[in-house]
Amino acid sequence: MTTALLEVTDLRVAYGKIEAVKGISFTVEDGSVTTLIGTNGAGKTTTLRTLSGLLKPTAGTVTFDGRPLAAIPAHKIVSLGLAHSPEGRHIFPRMTIEENLLLGAFLRRDTPGITEDIERAYTLFPILGERRKQAAGTLSGGEQQMLAMGRALMSRPKLLMLDEPSMGLSPIMMQKIMATIVDLKAAGTTILLVEQNAQAALSLSDRGYVMQTGAIVLTGTGQELLRDESVRKSYLGED
Amino acid sequence: MHTLPQQLANGLFLGSTYGLIAIGYTMVYGIVQLINFAHGEIFMTGGFGALTVYLMLPHGTSMWLALPLMLIGGALVAVLIALGAERFAYRPLRTAPRLAPLIAAIGLSLALQQAVHNLYPNATSPRVFPQIASGPWHVAGISFQSGDLFTLLAAPLCMVILAVFVQKSRTGRAMQATAQDPDTAQLMGIDTNRIIAIAFGVGALFAAVAAICYGLRYGQVSFDMGFEAGLRAFTAAVLGGIGNVYGAMLGGLVLGLTEAMATAYIANVPGLHQLGGQAWSSVWAFVLLILVLLLRPQGILGERVADRA
Repeated sequence: MTTALLEVTDLRVAYGKIEAVKGISFTVEDGSVTTLIGTNGAGKTTTLRTLSGLLKPTAGTVTFDGRPLAAIPAHKIVSLGLAHSPEGRHIFPRMTIEENLLLGAFLRRDTPGITEDIERAYTLFPILGERRKQAAGTLSGGEQQMLAMGRALMSRPKLLMLDEPSMGLSPIMMQKIMATIVDLKAAGTTILLVEQNAQAALSLSDRGYVMQTGAIVLTGTGQELLRDESVRKSYLGED
Repeated sequence: MHTLPQQLANGLFLGSTYGLIAIGYTMVYGIVQLINFAHGEIFMTGGFGALTVYLMLPHGTSMWLALPLMLIGGALVAVLIALGAERFAYRPLRTAPRLAPLIAAIGLSLALQQAVHNLYPNATSPRVFPQIASGPWHVAGISFQSGDLFTLLAAPLCMVILAVFVQKSRTGRAMQATAQDPDTAQLMGIDTNRIIAIAFGVGALFAAVAAICYGLRYGQVSFDMGFEAGLRAFTAAVLGGIGNVYGAMLGGLVLGLTEAMATAYIANVPGLHQLGGQAWSSVWAFVLLILVLLLRPQGILGERVADRA
């Protein structure tokens, strides 16, 4: 019997008068990979930014690890075990790779543990280790994505939220990122994934939710959604 | 007095003071993209804070004892006013259109000037600032006051402390992260409101040091001293590349040296003899600014805007 690590109920988020997320509910089971798919503007990124506190919901509740997140400011959420690798990577371009990783562990005080985790990030993504003293802005898109993931992992999160990790990447780099997600799951990290590449994302997901103009229109296991005719038509590019 | 070494020294003393004030403009701009036009007045209140401490000390207290206390007092006043301004004037406007906090800054600048003018005893005209009794000294054809010596020690010391703080400390790294990407900094667990307040505080601290340099050099503080000094320091910050703390100090030195050289030597150029002297110093300072904006708009150490996108 699994338990919900994250439980979202009737969440609404608006930018001024425009409602971007219109009352969605979903759960992320402990130890699972859960994916939100949907086209541009469906509200996926807005949802993740609300979960990590950067946006304030107009209604609804978010319960993470048994605690309501409503009143918690963004900078305190990571310490609860919720890490967010944002869309567009958002690495700190004028700091080195190592400094970026250290910032991922900003709230941790256990220096030996931090050093150990930095080495683990370098094992996971050897290119980051080779370039540790280089400014992060000089990395390629795929390398920046690795850095963003590595940085999010530095807080040792219970739940890792990845927003469009495959965006703009070469097919080889994308496979590498997807393989890393599988590895992370095997190591016990729960993952909430937002992807436009529905095929790749659903095939490694335990559960998927399809978002359309701010609402969840369909849910199922990754395999169920991959077989669903409307999903195949709208998101997998099949006729 | 118009020897070259003397003019270089004058430029250095002047420029160090500009640079110390410029750090406040540049740090705040680097983090919240706000030109804090009230920063000149924060500098001024630092001067009056230091003067107040001196006046409270028993008559005849040695300046060597008084100066550290004045520094603490001046810094305390400047930092508290800067933190108050950030908390109650700028923070509520953080998501407002950029013109709003800019206008708030100008309003605050005028309000602080008038408050000191009206409320501080006898501040309607300049008030005498205490001097260090020893000096002047003469070294290698340069004569300088004890106050200049203070500047010469304080400015590099402040700069080194700042560089170590920004590069090495945990808060310094958080500051860099906040400047580069405030939302993502929050995702790392950085309390960006706190970091912004610290930037205002550090800027005010350095402005208070500069105010003491100024008071010792000119022998007075006045309610409107922040206007001209602030404008020069802002020029220095732009000159060095706004957002870059090393640029602020460098810009201050370049500006100070340019002013000293121009006021001393431009009159020697045939046909320009009527353009020499102190009366023209502002003209040369802003001619330099215009040249930099035309030829290298990002400033001496600034990065191209495209890099920051």
